[in-house]
Amino acid sequence: MTYFSDVAALARKDLLLELRAKETLPSMILFVLAALTIFHFALPGGTAHKAALGLLWAALIFTALLGLTRAFVAEREQGMFDALVLAPCDRSAIWLGKSIAVFAFIACAEVVALPAFAAFFSGIDGRTVAAVALADVGICTVGTLFGAMAVAGRARELLLPLLFLPMAIPIVVGGVGGYLWFLALYDAVFALLAWAAFEYVVSEV
Amino acid sequence: MRRTFSENRVAALGALAVSLMTAAIALIFFYAPSDADQGFSQRIFYFHVPIALTAYVCFSWGAWKALRVLWKRDERADVESYVAIHQGVVFGALTLVTGSIWARASWGVWWSWGENQLVLFLVLFLFYCAYFMLRFSLEAGRARANMSAVYALFGVVLIPISFLAIRLSQKFIHPVVFNRHGPQMSGSQLLTFSVSLAAMLALFAALYNVELAGKRLDSHLRELRELLT
Repeated sequence: MTYFSDVAALARKDLLLELRAKETLPSMILFVLAALTIFHFALPGGTAHKAALGLLWAALIFTALLGLTRAFVAEREQGMFDALVLAPCDRSAIWLGKSIAVFAFIACAEVVALPAFAAFFSGIDGRTVAAVALADVGICTVGTLFGAMAVAGRARELLLPLLFLPMAIPIVVGGVGGYLWFLALYDAVFALLAWAAFEYVVSEV
Repeated sequence: MRRTFSENRVAALGALAVSLMTAAIALIFFYAPSDADQGFSQRIFYFHVPIALTAYVCFSWGAWKALRVLWKRDERADVESYVAIHQGVVFGALTLVTGSIWARASWGVWWSWGENQLVLFLVLFLFYCAYFMLRFSLEAGRARANMSAVYALFGVVLIPISFLAIRLSQKFIHPVVFNRHGPQMSGSQLLTFSVSLAAMLALFAALYNVELAGKRLDSHLRELRELLT
């Protein structure tokens, strides 16, 4: 069970850091609220529920991207990657711990965003909530891996959206259409791939 | 000794590509029958589909070499993977252009979201362009080889997932699906198609080897320069 205690320790570290510094989560919540407000003015009056739902998905993807860009900032600025890689734990535990922390941030932002959407636009059914939860798993697993790749480069913050957005297109399709089985398939395939690949991304940095 | 072999291979592949391409063009314009519905413009099919299939071959070849980078720690496979994906992006861009021209000729629009292959190629084009951004923002070395390889592997898994997603999306975006897969190919059409596909694959093989030879020469030159200074 040491693998899971490593994961728990790493995730706890990120959550504690956020609890003390309060850097990422407030900006994500403000961002998603501002985005929804912009959508209100961007949409013509009397827009159908489906059109508004599509914009909700766009807002969620970009909010998640904001959180993912911040995910490895502390590691980069304080040279933590070397220490983490040297630590006697499986490298994929670093990925899993970070994914869990990012998932917690995104879920917190959505706890604000979904009721706000329901109040601003139209109500949300249980299927949408389930789709959002499943989509978050895919976003975190793929986004954390790509985030670790992006911070290694010179372009950094610029690079992650370019890497991540083409990967997010299937998530949007599954989310807007409410295809839960498709989102689950996406999560399973890419979580497995990211879990196996993470070691190669950090081991030579 | 090995160098002459590699030079001969490039020349042989180039000659093969030129002769197959000449044969394919001759067959497409003078041998294949005109389509009953679309007339002459349907002949772009013999360019568009082989180019698209070749792009898939490029991406798969790139992913296979990427797997060798990670699995066998094969240093040479990194450049091979990069060159294959580079060729894949070139063929992918050609697929978008030829598909767009075909859409204009048969439906009067430059772009149709109802066409699965075109949309898939747009997604792949965006994805693999980011591959170059990733590669050029990293310092050359083991870390770059690993990250490029991981990204290339994600790409090849993204192809079926995206295809499925695009098929699903048509149910709620496009109630009417374009369908042009009418008649099966006749013998003469199949022959033209096969020769054209072989020509595109030979062109890929030739370009791949030319670019690879160039990249290797470049890295040898750099090593020599470093030794001199």
